[in-house]
Amino acid sequence: MSVTPGWYMILAAVLFAIGASGILLRRNALVMFMSIELMLNAVNLTFVAAGRQLGTLEGQVSVVFVMVVAAAEVVVGLAIIVAVFRKRATASVDELSELRG
Amino acid sequence: MSALFDYHALAPELILAFTVMAVLAVDLMPVPKYYAAVTGLVGLFASIIPLLTLALCSELSFCSDNGARLLFGDSYVVDTFSLVLKGLFLVSAFISLLLAVGYVESDRYYQGEYYFLLLASVFGAVVMASSRDLISIFVGLELVSGPAFLLAGWRKGDARSNEAALKFFIVGVLSAAILLFGMSLIYGVTGELTFSGIRAATVGGELPAVFTLGVLFVLMGFAFKVSAVPFHFWTPDTYEGAPTPVTAYLSVGSKAAGFVGLLVICYSAFANMRDIWGPALWIIAVASMTLGNLIAVRQTNVIRLLGYSSIAQGGFMLAPFAVASMVEGVELEGALFATVTYLLFYAFMNLGAFGVVMAGMSKVKSAELSSWSGMAQYAPGLSMLVVIFFFALAGVPPLAGWFAKLVMFQAIISGAPNVWAVLLGVIAAVNAVVAFFYYAKVVKTVWMDSVPVEIPAAELGGSGLNPALALALGITAIATIVTGLFPGVLSFFGEATRTFASGF
Repeated sequence: MSVTPGWYMILAAVLFAIGASGILLRRNALVMFMSIELMLNAVNLTFVAAGRQLGTLEGQVSVVFVMVVAAAEVVVGLAIIVAVFRKRATASVDELSELRG
Repeated sequence: MSALFDYHALAPELILAFTVMAVLAVDLMPVPKYYAAVTGLVGLFASIIPLLTLALCSELSFCSDNGARLLFGDSYVVDTFSLVLKGLFLVSAFISLLLAVGYVESDRYYQGEYYFLLLASVFGAVVMASSRDLISIFVGLELVSGPAFLLAGWRKGDARSNEAALKFFIVGVLSAAILLFGMSLIYGVTGELTFSGIRAATVGGELPAVFTLGVLFVLMGFAFKVSAVPFHFWTPDTYEGAPTPVTAYLSVGSKAAGFVGLLVICYSAFANMRDIWGPALWIIAVASMTLGNLIAVRQTNVIRLLGYSSIAQGGFMLAPFAVASMVEGVELEGALFATVTYLLFYAFMNLGAFGVVMAGMSKVKSAELSSWSGMAQYAPGLSMLVVIFFFALAGVPPLAGWFAKLVMFQAIISGAPNVWAVLLGVIAAVNAVVAFFYYAKVVKTVWMDSVPVEIPAAELGGSGLNPALALALGITAIATIVTGLFPGVLSFFGEATRTFASGF
């Protein structure tokens, strides 16, 4: 039995679901952030698998863009998490509850 | 397009990109920091000029008019629609920058970076208006969001600002991931990234269910950006915690960028999928206007009130999308026209309302509604502006908002025989009344209630307005009154975008 691009897409969907449940269930900002990275990489896998299936290059080109944007987001996100940590010495999002109403 | 690079079509973006870098360079020079803001303002003004020459191309001798200009293999299009929305972004950025100058100067945080980030975000919005493929619109959207996350956390010693930034960031990146997953599914089914390609690939034929899922994911991603219910929960917290001029930008510039993405992707890429996104956006529009308005009624903080009000206004802007699946031809164009026109009017009113909030906060040091009571006794001019902007948002003629609401209702009624369109119209009408209640509550507090005793009289009415803030308030107030009396001034631009719905 050969591994067709379809299987990669299923794997990507599973990874995406794991990432999404990580966002919903975990309460540490860093872990939530890692879950989002997992979701972005699931997207990359889908793009590559689809590109392979279709025999076109756009899928792989898209992945490069997604990776660059994800890297930029890491920079922004870590900066914000560090700023929060300096102020409160915690990365738990449950303790960030000053703004409500 | 010929093999030559079309510099004229890209001139607004190029000027803006140079401005972004120039602002950073000016910040490094040993000159007063507000020079960076001046550089930004001049750059924004300069990038509006090529928009005008592009729009009036057929009238000018040096310019060869060939309609829409397609660049980079159809993935970047400069047409009337994109020119109008670029104009909206640049003008609202101009006002946002004016709002920010006094605030940024009075604080002890970095100034040059503020202007740099704001302009970078605007640059992303301008790119989005022309993007006609999945990747460029995604990169544009992230260029709008990335600097906006940092701006929200700009007061980095302030725990509230940190919290606002973190919430905004997590939700923003999550929405980007969902949006991208939808895009990857669409690419997987159609094999196309350009909107024209997707549109062509979806004509007629049966499409697998996974394509519908992709469309819904893309809608969900944009719904986060325009803070539509049920993807709105970050909005009030981020609006309250972020610096007020940033909130003004988020509620107009960043929100408008989300709407532009939604407009472009729905009316061009998914033009054959109106049966999917019409009903989905019907639900989101109804939920946004109803929940936004009901929660806004019980807010005691003016900024949170405006936050929920912007969710509700977003619902009104989404309503014409919902009827797009029920109508054809001219009425479909009318739906697009209604959303674009609403955006144009809303930008001035809402920027003005946030300008008033900033001016009010500089007087009473609080955004709590209770501390604003009786403001008319010591700041009658400012209180008059409160009346202008809050009644404009409520849609009271002759202030600007009434026309935006009128075109929205016209678009909804165009789907009339359909029971869902009628129901949407009724819900929107009830919501317009509920909205009037809380906007009027602010006006009533300012004009009719007495000054709270705990505020020492000496602190009130003393400090004059920052000149930049006064200028921003003047521009938005004049725009709100003039476009209310002569709505054609702005709706002309909305009319120009009409053909986007039926064209290409």
